[in-house]
Parts: sequence; structure tokens; C-alpha cells
Amino acid sequence: MSKLIFDKSRSGRRAFAQAPYDSMAVAIPDALLRTDKPRLPEASELQTVRHYTRLSQLNFSIDTQFYPLGSCTMKYNPRACNALALLPGFAGRHPLGPVSHGQGFLSCMYELQEMLKDVTGMQGVSLTPMAGAQGELAGVAMIKAYHDARNDHERNEIICPDAAHGTNPATATMCGCIVKEVPTGADGDIDFEALKATVGPKTAGIMLTNPSTLGVFERRIKEVAAVVHEAGGLLYYDGANLNAILGKVRPGDMGFDVIHMNLHKTFSTPHGGGGPGSGAVGVSERLLPFMPIPVVGKTETSEGLAYDWLTEKDLPQSIGRLSAFMGNAGVLLRAYIYMRMVGRAGMERIAEYATLNANYLAARLSDAGFELAFPSRRASHEFIVTLKSEARSVSLTAMDVAKALLDKNYHAPTTYFPMLVPECLLIEPTETESKETLDGFVAAMIEIATAAKEDGVSYKEAPYTMPVRRLDDVKAARQLDLVYKPEQE
Amino acid sequence: MPFIPHTEEDTREMLAVIGVDSIADLFDEIPAQLLIDDLKKVPEALTEMQVARLMRERAAIDGAPMCFIGAGAYEHHIPTAVWDIATRGEFYSAYTPYQAEASQGTLQTIYEYQTMITQLTALDVSNASLYDGASALAEAALMAVRINRRVTTRRILLAPGVNPVYQQVAEAIGSAQGLIFERLPQNIASGNVDFDELVDDLCPVAVVIQQPSFPGTLEDVDRLTAWANAQGALVIAIVNPTSLALLKAPGHWGDAGVDIACGEGQPLGVPLSSGGPYFGFMTCKQEHVRQMPGRIVGRTTDLDGKAGFALTLQAREQHIRRSKATSNICTNQGLMVTAATIYMSLLGFAGLARVARASHANTTKLVLGLCGIDGVERLYDGAYFHEVALQLDRPVAPVLSALADRGILAGFDLTPATGSNALLVCATETKTDADIAACVAAFGEVMAAGSVKSA
Repeated sequence: MSKLIFDKSRSGRRAFAQAPYDSMAVAIPDALLRTDKPRLPEASELQTVRHYTRLSQLNFSIDTQFYPLGSCTMKYNPRACNALALLPGFAGRHPLGPVSHGQGFLSCMYELQEMLKDVTGMQGVSLTPMAGAQGELAGVAMIKAYHDARNDHERNEIICPDAAHGTNPATATMCGCIVKEVPTGADGDIDFEALKATVGPKTAGIMLTNPSTLGVFERRIKEVAAVVHEAGGLLYYDGANLNAILGKVRPGDMGFDVIHMNLHKTFSTPHGGGGPGSGAVGVSERLLPFMPIPVVGKTETSEGLAYDWLTEKDLPQSIGRLSAFMGNAGVLLRAYIYMRMVGRAGMERIAEYATLNANYLAARLSDAGFELAFPSRRASHEFIVTLKSEARSVSLTAMDVAKALLDKNYHAPTTYFPMLVPECLLIEPTETESKETLDGFVAAMIEIATAAKEDGVSYKEAPYTMPVRRLDDVKAARQLDLVYKPEQE
Repeated sequence: MPFIPHTEEDTREMLAVIGVDSIADLFDEIPAQLLIDDLKKVPEALTEMQVARLMRERAAIDGAPMCFIGAGAYEHHIPTAVWDIATRGEFYSAYTPYQAEASQGTLQTIYEYQTMITQLTALDVSNASLYDGASALAEAALMAVRINRRVTTRRILLAPGVNPVYQQVAEAIGSAQGLIFERLPQNIASGNVDFDELVDDLCPVAVVIQQPSFPGTLEDVDRLTAWANAQGALVIAIVNPTSLALLKAPGHWGDAGVDIACGEGQPLGVPLSSGGPYFGFMTCKQEHVRQMPGRIVGRTTDLDGKAGFALTLQAREQHIRRSKATSNICTNQGLMVTAATIYMSLLGFAGLARVARASHANTTKLVLGLCGIDGVERLYDGAYFHEVALQLDRPVAPVLSALADRGILAGFDLTPATGSNALLVCATETKTDADIAACVAAFGEVMAAGSVKSA
């Protein structure tokens, strides 16, 4: 590891330029004051800049490496989206500032709501959920509120396919529901007979990702919708894979009642080392009254358009507030700017080229001898390679390939998810990668497999060229070291 | 302009490898009746130059008013280096550090953040952050229920100074699991908890204390913590991180400190940006770490015995535990935490204390000035940090509106929250004496111009 910033600390050293004038007059009773001195770094500005610049260089990122992390849509984040969202008028705007000083911002939010309604086929959009998982929470809470409003209080079961993201069952539990798991058929579609046997008078809804986490389109989606709706349940669309169908098919047309969108995936807002995300939700007509607040509304006045917040007064049946203000507003601005640059015709091209790249990569890897999990199916924007035969024959596991790829300067695909495919790599190239990059990745995969099969090379100890070798996760969990203490050194 | 690099030749070659004639063939598994022709509301694409012009115009509409609003989000000077570095592509466009070997930059930064925020709150451990302060309270309440199993009521008692919106968010997130939030009695003069009116037999699972309180007052945190402990309740603190450079840290409240501290991390180098993205912080005592939600980074060793960092205690999390996870959270506000870590490094404790003292001093100047105006007085007596509630002799909204017309956002209207003609004002270190004088003068003029006085 690099030295910690605390190791560079010297008592009395400061980045003086950053300190405002000092005032000694503090009119607060002694009993409420702090008497100890917390150990924050004491470093110069240059030391701090150099330290964090160097730390940044230890990361793989989209800007520096191909990052085919399945289900995460690691596409290029246009620089303009960041720069324009940080214009002083936006970055400096207080969230509780009056709408008279927020028409510029609110107009962007209103138009974003409208664009998201258009690309998803939903009737209403609320932008406030701060991540996909919070969008899920909002969605399931709306489903519950809908049933409750109809005095249908017995519906507390949420159906999830076994291939679902872990957030789906975790969310259902948080919403006080019981999770019913439905298996996947051999062709990658949901086991339709099992679904029919699972729905009933207690069904609140079903949570689906389409294309699924297996990288295939659920072909019987209209029938799935009919079965669930006939049982009295609602359909929740997990928007993790929306990039695959943008401008081609809309969740609303498939029969979904509520969806969340991961704006940090499909609409290219930054992943930021693990966040912020943004999980805007869209709803069908019947869930409109339950949307989380605030929502941005528009009225036409004699002086022109005026934008305002819709709150409890306007949506008395709302499931409520999920954030102190209106969610990750700056992320929403970045998504807005991205969508304006992509434009109407560009939306469809995203789905087309994301799908082209995935199918090309799948075809090339398949030609090179890698086994696809669903070879009879068309890949969507991502696909699964299973290494179960390599793991058996030459002990080459998904973990080994992931680590070996790091040494070849490629970020690893998603490994061991979905859990129902053994030794799996979930690979999502996204539309912003060039053919040359994909060809380079295929060459690296072939080199790794060939070395294992023909030369007996083991990757159990890979990677070798990263800032650290494989880390001891067991020790990390057993001997918890979560904060720096000077006596450790 | 969807940032697609393919030439026509690339596309042809790739289709040939796949063995299809056209891109449309790749969508042949989708039922034809579901395919749409055209979008209706997404406008035609703009070039970067056009969108830059549009966004500059929109940003200009919102202007650059002088802002004395706090109420949970605070304008502080952010050193240029903070976002210059945080938006480096290697931080900005990386993802969750699941591949630890290729993510040591993000992981070490979070480890340093965890260290700094535990130091500020004087507690043992921290997670890698949550969405924002309000949702952090919801998660803290759910965590308290998991920890304090001897108490079965699921009743969370809130000090009167807890931000009302935080309560709304905690209810929206926690009510499905049976959490009930109730308020402790308020002393009308101080705005703080009324110790004479406290009832002893409510069996709360946790007591939540916000310091400074939402209306800016300072609670007797030691006494209230001791009372909560005597009830068998855990104590959850909501604190402003800037204030911790001056005020007693939650880890030192009462005899043994609070169990969980949380709050809004925005003051630590995150722009106001209409309310987000911010980050919620959460720290706790060591004994509670396995009930903590969200990601946690730990230091360990690699195959060569060299120190390195990795996500740890993942067995709590949704991608492993699914329906039995501590929370459905699968993100942290990584970019904001990166910024906050750089901010705290640049300021150090001495710098943060200067920010805190300057904000306190400026607020004092502002309040003295405003209270010199006929019809303006403090709503509560007692000490404050950098925010104060004021009472007017007339409805607040027209006054604030008239001041906004002059380019001054003079405060946050507390009328809905308090039922009286009150507003909340805040002057951070960013305000000069001239700014404060301008605000006071304008406020005085608006009051003198006689907007409607209430009876």
C-alpha cells in the first residue's frame, strides 16, 4: 500500500491558504465544547494534492481501462456532463432556495422527467431516489401502498427470479414483504409453469429485470405480465439493463407498472468509485398518486412557463420523502445533459451498438472455445461465459481469469453473478468501446486460456503487476482494521 | 451523438462475425409488437457546444443570490484542489472496488475517510458512507432495532430538535418494518427537550438527539444521553461535521458516548448543488459493527504479506445475504467521500476549527444586526453554533420574497415547522462583514416598508 496521509502529517503543518480568518470569540458554554483534538491530517496543499493524485493512479477506471463489468454499464462518461453540471449557478444553488431562483434548474428536471417517461413508456416519473436500490424501495413501497389503498392488505409476497440482483429480495424484506423465488428455465427465460404456481391472492408483485441478468430478453414477458396482473399483482421493472433496449422497447409497453432507472448506468453519470447513483422511478397510471416526493410540476401562466415542486399537498397518497431534499440533483443534471447530447435518434443507437458489441464479443469468444451459458440465445447488451469445464480440466476458475485479466490491463467482468451459472463471467462491453478494444480483450482471454491449457500456467496467485497481490479477505474480516491508529505503525 | 466509435466498416465486419445481416436482426428475440418506431418527447440531439450554451443560460436564470439559508445544507468554501482531484477520471469513472487489486486508490481513500470521520465523531468504526443525512438516520434507526433486541417496542424517540424532514424520510423507509417515531416534549423557551416533562416508561429502542438542533439550538446532550441510557435505549446522534471542530463529539456524550452517530456530510467539501449528491456518514461503537449497513473497507495483507485494502464484512450485504441482508444498500457516495477526504486533509483540524469559529462569529454578527430591527427577535434563547431561529412580527414568506427580489436569500421559512412567524438564518465563513451588513440593511428596509404585519 501507499503511505497513508496520516504518515505524511506533521504537527503544526497546514494548508494555510484554505483557512479563513480566525475568531476566538465563541459564546458556547464550556460543557458543550470539545476538549480533545481529533487526529485529522496536518499536511500542506501540495502534499495532499500529490497524495490523492497518486492514490487515483492505483485505480482502474473507464477513462484508463476497458471495464466490461456485467450489469454495471461502464460506458464513457462525457466530460461535458460534469463540467456543465458544476456551472456556478447549478453547483451553488441551495436546495431550499425559492423557486423564483430555481427556474433554470427546475426546467432541466421537468424535461428530464418527460424524456424518461418517453424512453420507458411510463406515465409519471419521480427523480428523488438516490440509487437503484432506493428506487427499488420506492417501487415496492408504491406497490404496497396501491394494494393498501384498495383495502387489499393480505398481499405481502414479492416474487423474484433466482437470477435477480441481491437488492431485489433485500428490498422486498425492507418493505416488510416475503420473498418467493421462481426458478429460471434452461433457455434462460423464467420458468413459466413455476411462476403460474407461485402467484396467488397474496401476490403483491413481481420484480423482473428484462433483459434478465442472464443477458437474454424474456420472450414471454407479455404472458408473464398477464399472469401476474390476473392474480392481482403488479410488475416491477429493475432498470439495471435498460441500456439494452433504449429506444427499441419500453417497459411500459411490456406491461410493467413501476420501474427504476439506474441513471449512472444507462445515462452515463459517473460511478465515482461506488456512487453516487441515481434511481429515478417511473410509474403507470394507477401508481401516479403514490410517487415519492418531491416531483417537478409545470404550469403555463400568462408570463410563460413556471416550474414548481409538487409535494404532500399535491400528492397526499405519496409514499413520502426518501431524501432530505430531492435526491442526487447534480447527478440528475448530468443525466439530463447526456440525454440532450444523445438526442432522440441517438437513444436507439445506444441499444443497437451495445447489443452489437456484446454479440460480437460473444461470437468471438465462442469461436475461441469459450462456452457461452446460453448459446442458443441472442445476447442482449451483455452475456455470460461459463468456465465450468476449464475449472474441471485445468483448474482455471472465473476468479483466476478475472485476476489474470488485471495483469493484461483489462478490468475483470462481473464474476460469480448470477449465482446460478457456475464459474461465470458476466461481460458487458457497452456501446462506447471500439472494435479494436474488443479484439484486444478477446486476444487476452485466448492467451490466458491457452497458457492454462497448453503450458500449465496457474493463475492462482495472479495478479502480479497490480499495486498489491491477492488480498487476504478472511484476515480482513477476522482481524478488523477499519481505521488507522498510530500505534499500528 | 451517442459516443459510439464504430465506422461503417467496423459494423459490417462485426455483423459478419456474428453471422447476421443487420443490427435489427440482433433484436429478433423481442416480440415484434413490442418494438417501437420513434420516441416522441426526447428532442433532437444537441452538440456539446449547443448544450453548453443551453446549460449556461439555464444556470444564469438561477442567478447567484447571496444565501443565508442553512437548514441542513451549508455553503462553505471548497478548496479548488478538492474537486480538481476528485473528478480525475481514475476516481470519477471507477466503480465499486470489488476487484481490490485494481482499486487500491478508492479503497485507501475510503479507509482514510473512515479514520477521519471516526476521529471527528469520536467513535470506533465507520462505513464507507450512505446516501445522505436523512436516509442515514433511517438506516441508523433500523440498525438500532437489530442491536437492541431486549426492547421490543420499535419505538424511536426523537428530540424536539430533530430535522422534521429526517423524520419523514425515516418513516418512509422504516415504517414498513414497524418503526414508530415519536417526539420528546419541547421546552418552548429554549426549543430543546423539556426535562421536566420526560416520561420514563415508554421503553424506547433508541433516542435520537440532533446537535446542533434543526432550529439551531444546542441541546444538553450529556443529560439527555444519560436519560436515554437509563431507559435502556440506544442513543443515535445526528451531528453537523463542521460543528464537531467546536462541539463535544458524540463519542463523548454522557458517560459512555452514543452508540451510533450519523449526519449529512455535505459541509465537508460538497457543493450545495440543489440538494445532492451529498453523502450520509455513519459511525458507531466497535461492538455494533456487524449490524452496520453499507460498505466497509478494511486493511489486510496480500500474498506477499504487504498491507493493502479490501471491502470487508460483506456477509452483511445484499449481494451475499439477499433477503437477509442488513440493508438493500449496494452503493456508497464514493465520489463525495473522496472529495470530503481531500477536504479534511487540506483543512486539518485547525482549518476546520477556523471554519467553525468563523461561521459562529458571522452568524452572531448577522443575528445581532437583524435583532436590531424593529419586529425581529430570537425565537429561542440559549447558545447556538452557526444557525439561529428568529421570530418576526408578521408573516415570513412576503419578507423573504421581497428580499429574494433584491438578490438575498435571507433564511429558511420555519412557519410550517413551528406554527409561528419564524425563520432560520445562517452565515458561514463565506460571508464578509459587508455581506452581512447588506443583508441586515435590506432586511431592515423591507420591514420598514411595512409588508403585512400580523395582528
